[in-house]
Amino acid sequence: MSEWIVVCQVTDIPKLGARVVKESGKDDIAVFRTETDQVFALTDRCPHKGGPLSQGIVYGENVACPLHNWQISLSSGEACAPDEGCAGKHPVKVEGGTVYLLRQVTA
Amino acid sequence: MSKPKLVLVGNGMAGVRTLEELFALAPDMYDVTVFGSEPHPNYNRILLSPVLAGEQTIEQIILNDLDWYKQHNITLHMDKMVSKIDRINRKVIASDGTEAEYDRLLLATGSNPFILPVPGKDLKGVISYRDIKDTNDMIAAATEHTDAVVIGGGLLGLEAANGLKLRGMNVTVVHIGEWLLERQLDKTAGKMLEASLAERGLQFRLQAQTQELLGDEHGRVRAVRFASGEELPAQLVVMAVGIRPNFTLAESAGLTCDRGIKVNDTMQTFDPRIYAVGECVNHRGIAYGLVAPLYEMAKVAANHLALMGYGRYQGSVLSTKLKVTGIDLFSAGNFAGGEGTEDIVLSDPSAGVYKRLVIQNDKLVGACLYGDTSDGSWYFKLLREGRPIADIRDHLMFGESSNLGDTGHQGQNKAMAMQDSDEICGCNGVCKGTIVKAIKEKGLFTLDEVKKSTKAASSCGSCTGLVEQILMNTLGSDFQETPKNKAVCGCTDRSHADVRQAIREQHLTSIPAAMKAMDWRTSNGCGTCRPALNYYLISTWPKEAVDDPQSRFINERAHANIQKDGTFSVIPQMKGGVTNASELRRIADVADKYQVPLVKVTGGQRIDLLGVKKEDLVSVWKDLGMNSGHAYGKSIRTVKTCVGSEFCRFGTQNSTQMGIDLETMLANMWSPHKVKLAVSGCPRNCAEAGIKDVGVIAVDSGWELYIGGNGGIKTEVAQFLCKVKTAEEVKEYSGAFLQLYREEAYYLDRTVHYLNRVGMDYIKQRIVENAETRQALFERLLFALDGLQDPWKARIDGARKEEYVPLIPMPA
Repeated sequence: MSEWIVVCQVTDIPKLGARVVKESGKDDIAVFRTETDQVFALTDRCPHKGGPLSQGIVYGENVACPLHNWQISLSSGEACAPDEGCAGKHPVKVEGGTVYLLRQVTA
Repeated sequence: MSKPKLVLVGNGMAGVRTLEELFALAPDMYDVTVFGSEPHPNYNRILLSPVLAGEQTIEQIILNDLDWYKQHNITLHMDKMVSKIDRINRKVIASDGTEAEYDRLLLATGSNPFILPVPGKDLKGVISYRDIKDTNDMIAAATEHTDAVVIGGGLLGLEAANGLKLRGMNVTVVHIGEWLLERQLDKTAGKMLEASLAERGLQFRLQAQTQELLGDEHGRVRAVRFASGEELPAQLVVMAVGIRPNFTLAESAGLTCDRGIKVNDTMQTFDPRIYAVGECVNHRGIAYGLVAPLYEMAKVAANHLALMGYGRYQGSVLSTKLKVTGIDLFSAGNFAGGEGTEDIVLSDPSAGVYKRLVIQNDKLVGACLYGDTSDGSWYFKLLREGRPIADIRDHLMFGESSNLGDTGHQGQNKAMAMQDSDEICGCNGVCKGTIVKAIKEKGLFTLDEVKKSTKAASSCGSCTGLVEQILMNTLGSDFQETPKNKAVCGCTDRSHADVRQAIREQHLTSIPAAMKAMDWRTSNGCGTCRPALNYYLISTWPKEAVDDPQSRFINERAHANIQKDGTFSVIPQMKGGVTNASELRRIADVADKYQVPLVKVTGGQRIDLLGVKKEDLVSVWKDLGMNSGHAYGKSIRTVKTCVGSEFCRFGTQNSTQMGIDLETMLANMWSPHKVKLAVSGCPRNCAEAGIKDVGVIAVDSGWELYIGGNGGIKTEVAQFLCKVKTAEEVKEYSGAFLQLYREEAYYLDRTVHYLNRVGMDYIKQRIVENAETRQALFERLLFALDGLQDPWKARIDGARKEEYVPLIPMPA
């Protein structure tokens, strides 16, 4: 079973920036905000060497990993060619300016 | 709505490359139809010579197989010659009656071999050397006949002769010039080449004029007769005396032609719906026959076809290599010299090495290398850059390894001699074999393509020179040089120089304004251009332009240095490397309290706390009660000092205080790249001022200033700028130099790169000789630094709090 959990307000994330969501016992999740206020969520680990994507430079619908500059697509989590790999993508929604993440809950 | 129709006439390298470039920019924009007169898909014409020599097969040189055409929904008409362009009804008609309508037409009809107008030119066995059919004819002839004559001692002729010789024929090269390759080599090198080819069994008739080709009773050629009356037996005659642009079709359609189809800088002909690229073109009076310019044209034409319209072709500088295995020659530019030029010549005939460099007005304008061409790419680079060579002139001849430049960590600059398993790029662990394989298999032609595909030279860049050499050696004359005015990134065609100038002249003060004014292609740039723009804005318009933290790399945004595990390192300021018990106690307490995994003394005489969690940063800074050491930024780093005259028995001046004063003055200074200083109290130079961006060495009578040193990727010794008397002068001169660097260098250039670009004379003129410009620069530096707050202090006071605080979710 899964449920939507409140993460923050869209305005809590800087435009062309990201915040990291920490929950004990779970992988960190990076939530990104684009120029046009679209919000995306990826596992905060670059498929290359595990760099924290939340710390990268956001442009268009991409983020550049801060460790070795891999370019990761925010919408798919896929690394841009010629690099290969995928950072896990998480369902995210924005309602009334609030950002929600869908999380698995063990009953 | 149906898509516009694009018809390509000429299924060769230039035309198909244009399509590839177009598909990359606008994949589904056109319905594409291609006509090719040969019964093959697009192949690499340049590699016909290795095929003839038996080193490669036809299959290996196919660039785009039939599947490629299918994938891109291209209607392909092979083996069909277009005979007419109907410009009124906008269609082309092939000789077999096939018609295709066009909205845009691309002509890439290439060139025709020039056939000497001598009697007997139509005999059987007389061929040119241009396509797969000619190559196959030669291979077949080699199995049936024994004697071949190649007319023409140019690149193509020699490659043909070499191939035929390897296939077992007796080959004589007939050449009208005094020496071989007279358009690529000077006389000495030409004679050396002749000797070395003669050793391989080729024969030569130089300064010989062919008068007639004689046939036998079956209509096959049997001999060549010269003007002197001499006859030479030959059952195969290859004409390789040059090519002529093929513009018959264009001319018959009424397009302006003059030794080629005339095109403008966007590769459009007289009829703007019709484009032309490749060897059939006359651009600014020049018809090109090498592949690199053709590919540049392809890029521009594709750009225009994709309705982007910002590409311009402005002509090319060329270099030449001969694709005969085992013979190395290279030439570029004006290697023949002439009035007003000087030569530097190295000639060692018994070792088979000859090098000639032609210099004019303190610049390298031509190079001709024979026997050892490993520095060809470097000379070619100097030639294109047109940089003054006075400072390296005395060892210019000995190549890149004896000079500054990017040749790798261990001085291995002979890319050719390296094994496939030798590592080229230490940062990304890329071996030579991987690069060569990628170049061949993926059809890479430029340094950028190799960087993207293999990652070699994409990190620290110190192996760039090696990678360029490998590219050059692998591709031969296909090598496409990195353009001099490289664009900042894929978001724009503007170079760093253009961007700096526009920001200054148009008074741009924000990233969106700058992108708008310079027609950026992307709405908010990328991780490459935004940090550069941000720096240019704040350095050009201090106190006006607003710093954009989202356009800064994480280290500069968080004011700490990110580590491989996502934690950060904290280095507090310790001016001149001087600390005290109270600071050390606080550092120790912080290390305990935050369980800092590693405490380490840095090379810059400071203390590094490694492994601090991001959310702890602000409280760590607060507990430290020290200023930021800026050890994470493209900024002032540290001023390293020695003990100086206060304690040291050799010290001549108080170098420690000088260092502290400089570090105080330069606090919070952003720069194009990191900036390190050092002050030594005597010429023993314990502070290692010789490898710093600004090095200060005390002598009895004052201070010596050195600039442009670098202890990093490639060690560079700082160069002497001037000597000054007082400590105030040290501050003014070094401050003025750093401001000059801040105002004029390109983003991510260290002082050494800037110094190499503009030259020491220029810097001396601005800083040493002209007190007015020096003082103005110094004042601008002080103005820019005035009022800047320590970034750690600002964050302790609550600035940009959300950067450091993670989000904790809660159920909806």
